[in-house]
Amino acid sequence: MSTAGFNSQNGTGTGQTYANGPSQNPVALQQLPGVSYSMTHQPIYNPMQAKAPSPPGPGPYPSAPYQPVPPVSSYQPGPPLTSYPSSLGQPLLPRPPLSGPPSHTPPQSASPSPGPRMPPAQATPPPPAVSSSSYYPNPQQPMAPAWQYNTAPPPMGPPTSISAPPRGPVANHVNPAASLAEPRPPSSAPYSTAPPPRVSQSVTQPPGPGMPPTSMLGYSQPGTAPPPMNPMVPNAYQPGRAAYGPPPTGPPPIMKPAPPPTGPPVASATPPPPKGDGAVAGNGPQASNSYNHVDNKMAGLAQPGPPGRHLGHYPSLPPGYQNTSAPHGTSSMHPAMQAATQPYTQAPQPYQQPPGGPGPAQLSPSLAAMSLQSSTPEALRVVNLLQERNLLPPTPVPAPTPCLPQDLQKINCNPEVFRCTLTSIPQTQSLLNKAKMPLGLLLHPFKDLSQLPVVTSSTIVRCRSCRTYINPFVSFLDQRRWKCNLCYRVNDVPEEFMYNPVSRSYGEPHKRPEVQNATIEFIAPSEYMLRPPQPAVYLFVLDVSHNAVETGYLNVFCQSLLDNINALPGDSRTKVGFITFDSTIHFYNLQEGLSQPQMLIVSDIEDIFLPTPDSLLVNLNECKELVQDLLKSLPTLFGKTMETQSALGSALQAAFKLLSPTGGRMSVFQTQLPNLGVGALQSREDPNQRASAKDIQHLSPATDFYKKLALDCSGQQVAVDLFLLSAQYCDLASLGCISRYSAGSVYYYPSYHHQHSPAQVERFQKDLKRYLTRKIGFEAVMRIRCTKGLSIHTFHGNFFVRSTDLLSLPNVNPDAGFAVQMSIEDNLDDMQVVSFQAALLYTSSKGERRIRVHTLCLPVVNSLSDIFSGADVQAMTGLLACMAVDRSVTASLSDARDAMTNAAIDSLTSYRQSVLTVQQPGLLAPACLRLFPLYILALLKQKAFRTGTSTRLDERVFAMCQLKYQPLLYAMLMIHPALYRIDDLTDEGALNINERTIPQPRVLQLSVEKLSREGAFLMDTGTVMYLWIGRNCHPNFLTQVLGVPNYAAVPENLHLLPELDTAESQRTRAFIGWLRDQRPFYPSLHVIRDESQLKANFMQNMIEDRTASALSYYEFLLHLQQQISK
Amino acid sequence: MAFTFAAFCYMLALLLTAALIFFAIWHIIAFDELKTDYKNPIDQCNTLNPTVEKVKKIKRVKIALKLVLPEYLIHFFFCVMFFCAAEWLTLCLNLPLLAYHVWRYMSRPVMSCPGLYDPTTIMNADILAYCQKEGWCKLAFYLLSFFYYLYGYVFHFRICPSC
Repeated sequence: MSTAGFNSQNGTGTGQTYANGPSQNPVALQQLPGVSYSMTHQPIYNPMQAKAPSPPGPGPYPSAPYQPVPPVSSYQPGPPLTSYPSSLGQPLLPRPPLSGPPSHTPPQSASPSPGPRMPPAQATPPPPAVSSSSYYPNPQQPMAPAWQYNTAPPPMGPPTSISAPPRGPVANHVNPAASLAEPRPPSSAPYSTAPPPRVSQSVTQPPGPGMPPTSMLGYSQPGTAPPPMNPMVPNAYQPGRAAYGPPPTGPPPIMKPAPPPTGPPVASATPPPPKGDGAVAGNGPQASNSYNHVDNKMAGLAQPGPPGRHLGHYPSLPPGYQNTSAPHGTSSMHPAMQAATQPYTQAPQPYQQPPGGPGPAQLSPSLAAMSLQSSTPEALRVVNLLQERNLLPPTPVPAPTPCLPQDLQKINCNPEVFRCTLTSIPQTQSLLNKAKMPLGLLLHPFKDLSQLPVVTSSTIVRCRSCRTYINPFVSFLDQRRWKCNLCYRVNDVPEEFMYNPVSRSYGEPHKRPEVQNATIEFIAPSEYMLRPPQPAVYLFVLDVSHNAVETGYLNVFCQSLLDNINALPGDSRTKVGFITFDSTIHFYNLQEGLSQPQMLIVSDIEDIFLPTPDSLLVNLNECKELVQDLLKSLPTLFGKTMETQSALGSALQAAFKLLSPTGGRMSVFQTQLPNLGVGALQSREDPNQRASAKDIQHLSPATDFYKKLALDCSGQQVAVDLFLLSAQYCDLASLGCISRYSAGSVYYYPSYHHQHSPAQVERFQKDLKRYLTRKIGFEAVMRIRCTKGLSIHTFHGNFFVRSTDLLSLPNVNPDAGFAVQMSIEDNLDDMQVVSFQAALLYTSSKGERRIRVHTLCLPVVNSLSDIFSGADVQAMTGLLACMAVDRSVTASLSDARDAMTNAAIDSLTSYRQSVLTVQQPGLLAPACLRLFPLYILALLKQKAFRTGTSTRLDERVFAMCQLKYQPLLYAMLMIHPALYRIDDLTDEGALNINERTIPQPRVLQLSVEKLSREGAFLMDTGTVMYLWIGRNCHPNFLTQVLGVPNYAAVPENLHLLPELDTAESQRTRAFIGWLRDQRPFYPSLHVIRDESQLKANFMQNMIEDRTASALSYYEFLLHLQQQISK
Repeated sequence: MAFTFAAFCYMLALLLTAALIFFAIWHIIAFDELKTDYKNPIDQCNTLNPTVEKVKKIKRVKIALKLVLPEYLIHFFFCVMFFCAAEWLTLCLNLPLLAYHVWRYMSRPVMSCPGLYDPTTIMNADILAYCQKEGWCKLAFYLLSFFYYLYGYVFHFRICPSC
């Protein structure tokens, strides 16, 4: 056992590879904002998968097969049955819908002294009371949430203080039903995540309750497209429309041009909410008055049907309130759901378990508790998207937390590494189909981590049957046996594993690091080697045609490599080589002993051969001087070349021949369309068709030469990274295959020129530095295992799929992300949790064979509401983007766009039909999905999928590559950029990292409405940042940050903020620097003014606004609503 | 003439269909092996140490995937024969499959060599499932047509002596 060692340092020990500091400890960062995870669940479903095999069909997601849900009218019979039955963990009687979330009334009856105070409570059915008492330690608590929904979201601070006061009055004057029926403030966005309570909300949000007309501005951008929309908008704010029972079938209610009658109710109905809190807190009767008032106005509108049902559950309501519940019946679900949130956040404590491995015995009770817990999440709070404008949280959206017992969740995999679109896995495929959300995983397996336990052990403990690595979610039957959590086989614990190297104790296998960490790295013994670990081998293939020399990239490349030549990851065996090409192929003999590099030219490009096979790839340490000589002379060597042709195909073949004995990394720099020899391509793009074409052609490769070569490379453990620096069309769709199937990466610098585009040059420099020095894993394979019953459907990313669950990755780099679509093959009936394990076996640059294992554990649920509450909207968006890229290539772009829209429609329809027990007008979404339509719209307007705007084919294809290959974190920025106002940065709420103060401005919506001429705004699109300066920007900002006296003096091509010694400048630079540090690539900064050319790019990212060819956010919502109510 | 051209066609088709059935079975097996590869734990742990068994299997799969074109050609060949023999009914029965083959080959991925399956997409669950289903359907079709040809052969052979 003495062989077992354990250290917590990061794997390969190449210090410089962890350059991107702050982002490496994402967990810590995430916790800082103090936002609860429950805010962000989102739904997704698998639309693409359904249709994939039959491209011809027009509707991408035929809705018919999905329609297991009864039509709307069938809600009446028994909605509650579907809502929360099983999650309560006991066979409940069929309950009326409102009692589903047991938080309101049940707890009261369970409390010791509620009897006299709360007459209505007596009427509540006993079963909920029992169940609720079992998990509400304090019967008073549940009261709070019932009120809370009107004030502020639970995760923030204020709620608790706000929720306290109502308690007394509630008990006395307002019975629970009344509280349920409390007028859902129709207009003021009550769910905005901002903490301030309602009173201040009405101040902060212009489109406030009392002023429906102004609120239009909220949705339709002032400048762009107001006229058609305006008349309808006011209706959207009406809380009570005639359409109460079944959702409107014909035109959506909003379209009815009937402002006058509905107007007054709004006005009268809205004042109460702001008063509500105060009134309720201090003065019950007054509150009830206001409700009555509302009733009277609304009673006429209300239809008898559905509301009557609610009354049934609250028979003891005083007559006055019976009416109230009718008009507000539609919204009564909200508080109910909302109420759930508080118990949800509080619940974990009772289930805390003694630390240590979750034994099987402990597991089951905690899981039972878990399912209770999951019945009441904040994520399910109903949000009417048409009414609520400020849905975007002020901070980056955190990943939702799976509903697991705390001890399991504590050790679960970091969501930045391993994330699932549904944090609650449906039990069956039919349930998944019903939910209509895509199920899949998003991985960032080789991410730079600051804390990575590394285990050296002679035996790696794995399941004997499915070869799963031992992980924190296995169960120990006793000291000597453990049960695999993927295949449920019982395995023996090897003798060696009984000793714990961390605590130096014997007999505690469940305390071993392998069982305590969901992410762990093993140093693999020799069984894991097919051949001796390969050395680090780097081959650079450089375009030196006239065009390439013109761009001047050679200087930058050679200089970067010279600067970083000692930082290349590797050991004493590291090899490098160089090939240049134009119409011929040039090799460089760098053999030790030569006085200077020797250039060998092969002009027979049809039948390429290696002139001196053994001296072209040389040991870097032994021949460093020759290499440096070569790098210094290369830029001048071709300075006068007039050769314009490019024989890329032959150069790649030569490089492949050179690398195939060892494997390694090939970095190809290309500046034009290859037009000579094998792999020659033709220009396929018609620039005139860019904007007008109905459907985008040529998204698929023109030839399979590059794909076949990539597969050959993959077989010989060679990865090809492509740097494309070109102003003209280069057919990235064809060229990209070389990287895609060999697990390389693609970098694209459109219109790169050493003089004309300094921002590009800077980005190229920084990217190269990162590229050359980042960690690298050679001859890697990644296998993704999942619990029996689940299976992998499709992979997305750059790799070659070698077997159903095995990816062949000749190189793996820390910036590569992967996505996996899953399907449920067998029912997961008897399982409470499922696990996914991604194991990445690679050779480090030091020649060590290592295995990095990530394990993710997720609960299994069997009700649709639980599935919806566990949806992760960002992951869903990321996966949908990958699926849409595939669809655009195999079918067509318009097909992919329809598919994405349908994804939003289907999931929201499913939510409306299956989860919502009470129908109400508007576009309803659970809170966790509230950003879904926005993200879908953002995808539709993304460079990859947009239509109608002139987009170069290469840029489009590159965006598609990135969507598939970027880790989710960065892909989300590409999809939905972040907008900040930075002319008024303050230190309030700032982060403090390494003694630097980093201000944290809030994220703004992407709408021109948010811009003001007096401000300066930073838009972060991931790879590019735009700093937009308003025309009347405060002179203080101009002088203190930009160092210019006035607006007119802002230079046209500013891409660097001057380092001024002012507080404003420091804050701004600290903030931008912090954003840059968070990602491995270097976003270039462009300062733009109103007349800048780049302003168009900036404005194109205003995705909530209408453009000539695309809908605004509000119009998109209306479109969705129309489709949903069909 | 005891042995008409039609009878000859049927006899030939009979033999060739037997070969096609064999191809179809091989096709099914190949895709099944591709699909269930990971379910075999022994292979799974030996992915890095390919055994002889595994290499054989890979070869078998490769051969099976290459049999696509011969299969199409054989089918096309006896369709032409039936056309020449003016066996319209038989030809009509075969036309749908012929059309399907043409469509399938026309819509194959971009490839420079003959073949139908792209190694980079073949592991996609949808495509895999589709190919498997295709294999089963073809097997059924060939089996039925085998007996039909047998009947046709006997029928023609029996009539002709009398004429």
